[in-house]
Amino acid sequence: MAEHHITPVRTYLIIFGALMVGTVLTVLAAEVDLGILNNFVAMAIAVTKAMLVLVFFMHLRYSTRMTVLTAAAGFFWLALMIGMIGMDYMSRNSHLLPVAGK
Amino acid sequence: MDITSSRSIPDVPTRETAFERPNYLNAEYGWKSWLFTLDHKRIAILYLFSVTAFFALGGLFAGLIRLELLTPEGDLFGPDTYNRVFTMHGIMMVFFFLIPAIPAVLGNFLIPLMVGAKDLAMPRLNLASWYVFNIGGIFTLWSIVNGGVDTGWTFYTPFSTTYSNTYVVATALGIFINGFSTIFTALNFIVTIHRMRAPGLSWFRLPLFIWSMYATSLVIMLGTPVIAITILLVAAERLLHLGIFDPRLGGDPVLFEHMFWFYSHPAVYIMILPAMGVISELVAAFSRKTIFGYRVVAFASVAIAVLGFLVWGHHLFVAGQSAYAGTIFSVLSMLVAVPSAVKVFNWTATLYEGSVSWQTPMLYALGFIGLFTIGGLTGVMLATLGIDVHVHDTYFIVAHFHYVMVGGTIMAYLGGLHYWWPKMTGRLYPTFPSKLSALLVFVGFNLTFFPQFILGYMGMPRRYWSYPPEFQVLNVLSTAGATVLGVGYLLPILYFAWSLKFGEKSGDNPWGAVGLEWDTPSPPPTENFYVTPVVTHPPYTYNREEVHNRLTQEANFG
Amino acid sequence: MASTPLVDRHEHGHGHRHPAHQFETMEQQKESSTLGMWLFLVTEIMFFGGLFTAYVIYRNMYPDAFAVASSSLNVPLGAFNTAVLIGSSLTMALAIWAAQVNRRGLIVLFLGLTMLLGLTFLGVKAIEYHDKFVEHHVPGPTFNFEPEHIKPQALREIESRDPQFQKHTEIFFSLYFIMTGIHATHMIIGILILGVLAVFAKRGKFDPEYFNPLEMTGLYWHFVDIVWIFLFPLLYLLGAHLHR
Repeated sequence: MAEHHITPVRTYLIIFGALMVGTVLTVLAAEVDLGILNNFVAMAIAVTKAMLVLVFFMHLRYSTRMTVLTAAAGFFWLALMIGMIGMDYMSRNSHLLPVAGK
Repeated sequence: MDITSSRSIPDVPTRETAFERPNYLNAEYGWKSWLFTLDHKRIAILYLFSVTAFFALGGLFAGLIRLELLTPEGDLFGPDTYNRVFTMHGIMMVFFFLIPAIPAVLGNFLIPLMVGAKDLAMPRLNLASWYVFNIGGIFTLWSIVNGGVDTGWTFYTPFSTTYSNTYVVATALGIFINGFSTIFTALNFIVTIHRMRAPGLSWFRLPLFIWSMYATSLVIMLGTPVIAITILLVAAERLLHLGIFDPRLGGDPVLFEHMFWFYSHPAVYIMILPAMGVISELVAAFSRKTIFGYRVVAFASVAIAVLGFLVWGHHLFVAGQSAYAGTIFSVLSMLVAVPSAVKVFNWTATLYEGSVSWQTPMLYALGFIGLFTIGGLTGVMLATLGIDVHVHDTYFIVAHFHYVMVGGTIMAYLGGLHYWWPKMTGRLYPTFPSKLSALLVFVGFNLTFFPQFILGYMGMPRRYWSYPPEFQVLNVLSTAGATVLGVGYLLPILYFAWSLKFGEKSGDNPWGAVGLEWDTPSPPPTENFYVTPVVTHPPYTYNREEVHNRLTQEANFG
Repeated sequence: MASTPLVDRHEHGHGHRHPAHQFETMEQQKESSTLGMWLFLVTEIMFFGGLFTAYVIYRNMYPDAFAVASSSLNVPLGAFNTAVLIGSSLTMALAIWAAQVNRRGLIVLFLGLTMLLGLTFLGVKAIEYHDKFVEHHVPGPTFNFEPEHIKPQALREIESRDPQFQKHTEIFFSLYFIMTGIHATHMIIGILILGVLAVFAKRGKFDPEYFNPLEMTGLYWHFVDIVWIFLFPLLYLLGAHLHR
């Protein structure tokens, strides 16, 4: 029922344009040394691009709640895995160990 | 005389002629009709053969372990061989029996029947899953024939990536391929349960077996890919020298453990959730009562599935994980015990004032409740950091997981097989041998594994080929128990096979059980139902007044 | 709905209006396959996710080594490939649009363009892999990383923070090859499937009533694109600010 909606070509082209702009932006932003902020900018742009692909190209905009929930669950679980494993590494106080190339 | 509800079966004849009706077993003959079948029921039977063969192989390795451990000194074979033996025992049992058994045999057979569908959502994917399972098995068998792997089923790096001289890559590939098989099955189950329920079959009218299989499938989809990539990385490191876990390059073996256990802990819930689903069905049927707290049990299944993903760090307590992480995982591990305990309370409450009968499936169910409780409680003990530090990598751990895996999952599997055997084959198994087996399994199991709790507590390490002489008595008891257990497992294979030809014909519903799967003939026709059922009531609608009548009618059924 | 007699077994799909025998309606069949494909994509998220996890952990452990190693990758080629892949997602979406508006010739065209763009991506990847091989940046016995084109001041700072950074770059390159290698494998599989679909489209199999295989393959293709959307900045752009 959700797929009876036909996304117009214009919409696809606009999204394509946005994705290209994002690509250019991320390359330019990387050239500037923003320290820790580089990570956030790069990921913010990447997440935005991914959302555009998910919502428009993959038709999540017109999908059932079940589908959206499924997609969200997948990404959430990945975040869980990275987050909890990261939690171990961040709490290891390895900066206190003698440096021998770590 | 049949006591089936006549809701959807036209002109039910006598038990004899019922058997000659067209059903999924006699619909077609010949090996091609089996090997190219798309019928979920036939695929379930194909799986039955496969998992039984792998179980026998894994059991053989177990026998070798127990034989070697009869004496303190290693005399049967050397330490390297011993490493291979326990590794292959673990791999066969975990990946090729415990994970697939209940889902692929009972799940495949029953899920379409229980939701009132003609088949699973994707029958071809179902058949593909069986072939992929066997291809994975062939890789692993190849490596067994060539000497097996000696890393432990846990494949810890850098031993598995750098130092082991065995066919790690072949085995890793076998497990990788096997993972696809489980994913295909789980995908099929989720889509079927969501999209193919019969009219009127809302979520809270589903049998608890379906809830459990649904929760299991969620775990499979989210967890299995992680072990797939982890094991692929191990293979890549061995083959292509891509050193992710190599300490010489600054890699961290603990990262391997994190990624491995991120799947392998939820894997144990993949093994126990289906078992719990079976137990819910058995307890309801043989107390002739609806499960106490149906909704709570349903939610508990989902809770176990979710919480099960948050506890894997308890396998890394002494591995080099931070103390902070250890504390978090310890608390979460205790939390995950709660929904499991809730289920045990609810099953017990179901028995109370139920009309309990001592059929073989019920014997297994009652055994499960007791043994799973012991396994689960020792699990909470292990979640306690202070205790685990001492008993990690001892036989205490071995005993704990065998109590839940064998005392739990295998008992439930056997109980389910006995309960649904008439459904699957139209035959009854012989009563006396079946009760004898159940007794042998129960006694043999406890004799094998209870001493191991004591051994572990006393300090006997696991995966060791020799031990100090003061541990011998307990080891001998354990091996004696294993022998009894082996006989208990062998008997069903024999009498089930016997029953196919000589077993009493069961009729459509020998237990007088309530459930959609029992509303169709035994064995069912290929398309499961002559008329698509319409569901108008919750599950397990056992009626006290009818109890007496049905019991009288079934007086001669084992 | 109460009584559905024995249903004939119909052929699956093929542009006809009968669902497979286990389904009641075409709608049910379509919804089932959509849910199934999304579930499969969830497994792919977790599969690639394992690699991203390893990446995050090691990147945090050896930020300097990762930055220096990343700076040796060819950003223009990587950016070009990113554009190519995004373009292929566009053509894939347009192929489905063409089916929806019954422009059957365009379905074949857009599928073909998607394949072409995919092959272009793989071609560029092959060039990059060759470069890495020649520079001895392939992990294993031949690995030898010499940092080039790095600002000397930055290099000195890095060496003081992580004396063994050259050794640690091998982890970066291991991750680089595995992540892009598995990604490329997914692309190859996708291109093969697209080829099959193009043949079916040529035979007129798809129309506004039935184009589900296109849609499902599209989901897969877009997902592979999303993986690259993350791979590009994480692998190529870490050390961009280090260049002389």
